[in-house]
Amino acid sequence: MAVTSLRSKDLLGIEGLTPEEITLLLDTAESMGSIASRPIKKVPALRGRMVVNLFFEASTRTRFSFETAEKWLSADSLNFSAKGSSVEKGESLLDTARNLQAMSPDLIVIRHGCPGVPHFLARQLKAGVVNAGDGAHEHPTQALLDALTIRQRLGRLDGLGVTICGDIAHSRVVRSNIWLLTKMGARVTLCGPPTLLPPRIEEMGVAVTTDFDEALEGADVVMMLRMQLERQGRSLFPSIREYFRLYGLDRRRLERAKPGAIVMHPGPMNRGVEIASEIADSDRAVILAQVANGVAVRMAVLYLLLGGHPWEGE
Amino acid sequence: MTEELIQKAKILDADRIRRMIDRMAHEIAERQKDLQGLALIGIRTRGVPLASRLAARLGDLVAGSSFPVGTLDITLYRDDLSTVAPQPLLKKTEIDFDLNGRTVLLCDDVLYTGRTIRAALDGVIDLGRPRAIRLAVLIDRGHRELPIEANYVGKSVPTSSREVIQVLFQETDGADEVWILEKPH
Repeated sequence: MAVTSLRSKDLLGIEGLTPEEITLLLDTAESMGSIASRPIKKVPALRGRMVVNLFFEASTRTRFSFETAEKWLSADSLNFSAKGSSVEKGESLLDTARNLQAMSPDLIVIRHGCPGVPHFLARQLKAGVVNAGDGAHEHPTQALLDALTIRQRLGRLDGLGVTICGDIAHSRVVRSNIWLLTKMGARVTLCGPPTLLPPRIEEMGVAVTTDFDEALEGADVVMMLRMQLERQGRSLFPSIREYFRLYGLDRRRLERAKPGAIVMHPGPMNRGVEIASEIADSDRAVILAQVANGVAVRMAVLYLLLGGHPWEGE
Repeated sequence: MTEELIQKAKILDADRIRRMIDRMAHEIAERQKDLQGLALIGIRTRGVPLASRLAARLGDLVAGSSFPVGTLDITLYRDDLSTVAPQPLLKKTEIDFDLNGRTVLLCDDVLYTGRTIRAALDGVIDLGRPRAIRLAVLIDRGHRELPIEANYVGKSVPTSSREVIQVLFQETDGADEVWILEKPH
């Protein structure tokens, strides 16, 4: 049955969403998309609502994307980055949250290096909480913008073969994507060197291989992940040259996928590490469409969490 | 709408609706000044069939001309977004012509409090600067909460606030009919 609102005040992950809620988010984002092409990129929908962007971890793309979405919907936003804040002066997370709550924001967008921090805040705060990435756990808005991009290019999610390759172990993007794609009926194949494949990941309902050529066979979508060198304590593969030879996507390799297959990357890209420039700059790559869809998806999330809700006014 | 409404009376049938739209098209055609660069914009959902029918009739009446038709979704401009439940479903605004310097004829099925039209005016103005904006509605049922009036009215229907006007169009509902419904006591 079609739903018209989300059940929760928070968006903590894809894991807790139903396929109907995912479809609602994607349909709403589709409608939001046209605002980007208007002369006046602003609608009054969230006038007077306050959103706090709480980024404990470096982010350019996601933070700009949320900020743009907030501005286009006329919400007031405050930006908080851990650097130069009270966190550096030794304040605990709970105290930071309580102080924020005292300013009565309507929504908090949070990115944190530790998994579960958004969930903890969501339990403590009256305001809604949006997870903008928690450690290697989830990054729901990224999965939604990926799904929107796939749906726009290929018309559907159901029945598609999606191959995700690279640093699976350190990626929150991949976890959210697995939840979303499997809920929506796509077949997911994960690929990467054994050191970057977490044990028992196949229990999430995906196929796993270390052979990239095999993983690409018949894929509709090829999603390349960034080699997260900053999260890896020690070297997990011998050299970047060897990594590219075994797991880098170039023109020759892409021929194994379906003829109309699209190539995605959550960014920022390491050219020559996981993806060759000839692919990144080709018309098969939808990487910039992903960025544009990021704003639309975040507008949809803000709108659906901050618009009218049955529990308001209780 | 969660509560059940009782069908009270059918006040217009397909033939009456056709003749009303016909008459409205004639009235619009008589205002020569408005025809210069006229564009019709239907407010979702049932303003859209009204806009396309008026545009088709105007095309017949004014030889050698055709008028573009667009669709406006006012959801993001509503003044009750934080209080309505269930949340209105956001749909697309589809206006693929330039509004600057045009006369825009906003079309909606029912004029009631005027709040939808207020939202639509804001929505249109964000898309460009029309020379003028006019309003055409199939039914004016009174009870205005804002100083807004229609330039072209199919029929004025006095109602009580317990009543609801339901306009059905072939394109959206499979039949051309106007009903008065009533909320139960």
